[in-house]
Amino acid sequence: MTPRRKQRLTMVLIIGALLASAIGLMLYALNENIDLFYTPTEIHEGKSGQFPQVGQRLRIGGLVVEGSVVRNKETLSVAFDLMDTGPKVTVTYDGILPDLFREGQGIVATGVLQEGFVIVADEVLAKHDEEYMPPELAEQLKGIKHVKPSEAGY
Amino acid sequence: MFTWLHPYAKTERAYALCQSLFPYFLSAAVLGLVVGLVWGLVFAPPDYQQGDSFRIIYIHVPSAILAMGTYVAMATAGLVGLVWQWKTAYMSMIAIAPVGALMTFISLFTGAAWGKPMWGTWWIWDARLTSQLILLFLYFGVMALYAAFSDKQQAGKAAAIIALVGVINIPIIHYSVEWWNTLHQGSTITKIGRPSIAPEMKWPLLVSIAGFIGLIGTLVLLQLKNVILIREAHRPWVKKLLLTSSTKGER
Repeated sequence: MTPRRKQRLTMVLIIGALLASAIGLMLYALNENIDLFYTPTEIHEGKSGQFPQVGQRLRIGGLVVEGSVVRNKETLSVAFDLMDTGPKVTVTYDGILPDLFREGQGIVATGVLQEGFVIVADEVLAKHDEEYMPPELAEQLKGIKHVKPSEAGY
Repeated sequence: MFTWLHPYAKTERAYALCQSLFPYFLSAAVLGLVVGLVWGLVFAPPDYQQGDSFRIIYIHVPSAILAMGTYVAMATAGLVGLVWQWKTAYMSMIAIAPVGALMTFISLFTGAAWGKPMWGTWWIWDARLTSQLILLFLYFGVMALYAAFSDKQQAGKAAAIIALVGVINIPIIHYSVEWWNTLHQGSTITKIGRPSIAPEMKWPLLVSIAGFIGLIGTLVLLQLKNVILIREAHRPWVKKLLLTSSTKGER
């Protein structure tokens, strides 16, 4: 490399490193705001000292607790508990649930926090993990019986 | 160490290289896409959770991964242009940009079409989706800035700077699903250790990725040939090339 090229290369690399660290610091500072949702534990115990307020509109993400789904026979309204590793939060929702919604599934709900760790949701989205496998293998590995949501019966 | 590359700084040699590489990329594209997509979309087993809807992975994942790979290639061309000041480096950069933008668009579009039935929404402003959208805008920025200058050497320099600054977005896209909580799930095939996709689903995906690489190469070479011909239209070798091909009745 000629000295001029070397000089240009170092200039480009220095500017690149400075920009990368600037953007890195910015993202680090914004860290909590980039998170899409609160976990149930964070609703109870706060997130780095910040407690979500009653009446605040927020997103919550967690796993639907087995056996906690209660449906109203006449309407679309449904209530279920969410948890991650700690305490539970109850979500109520009036609307059509996504196909992937089932007990044990990860979901993300948007709604307003009420007294007593209840969230009145107006949107429920289903999360799925990065594992893909045929139904027979899932039954063998995970003990998950493949049930179509329309035949799940809850 | 890279002196063997120097002849390709000349447009004529670069054009000839495009011509000779073209059939390989084209056959890889046709073979990979036909085998990978038919295998994936028809013969691979359905997913235990998502049923047949998961099959969109065979278009979504290749386009998303390669949108990032293509960006790195474009930025590398920009870096070479800035440091070594080769004309052909900027030409490659601007030939790659629209192809990368296309891949990014395909990944966003298929992602939306996948998100609606599975998650329940077309779009959500989570870190993965937003950073991928920024990638699309970075491609547009490079193309727009290049088009804004009439002196194409200046244009290449400005666009290369945007391209290099944007490289910071690539690790952000990749790690967004680990650093923050998102609706988008984690990486499947770039995950280290236990593969999280069954082998009979993974192989068609890998073939499809190879096909997409072929497709991107084909499109970039076509585009680069055009860029070279347009920029060098006044050169004797271009005139000679066009004359001989027009008398022979082919392009």
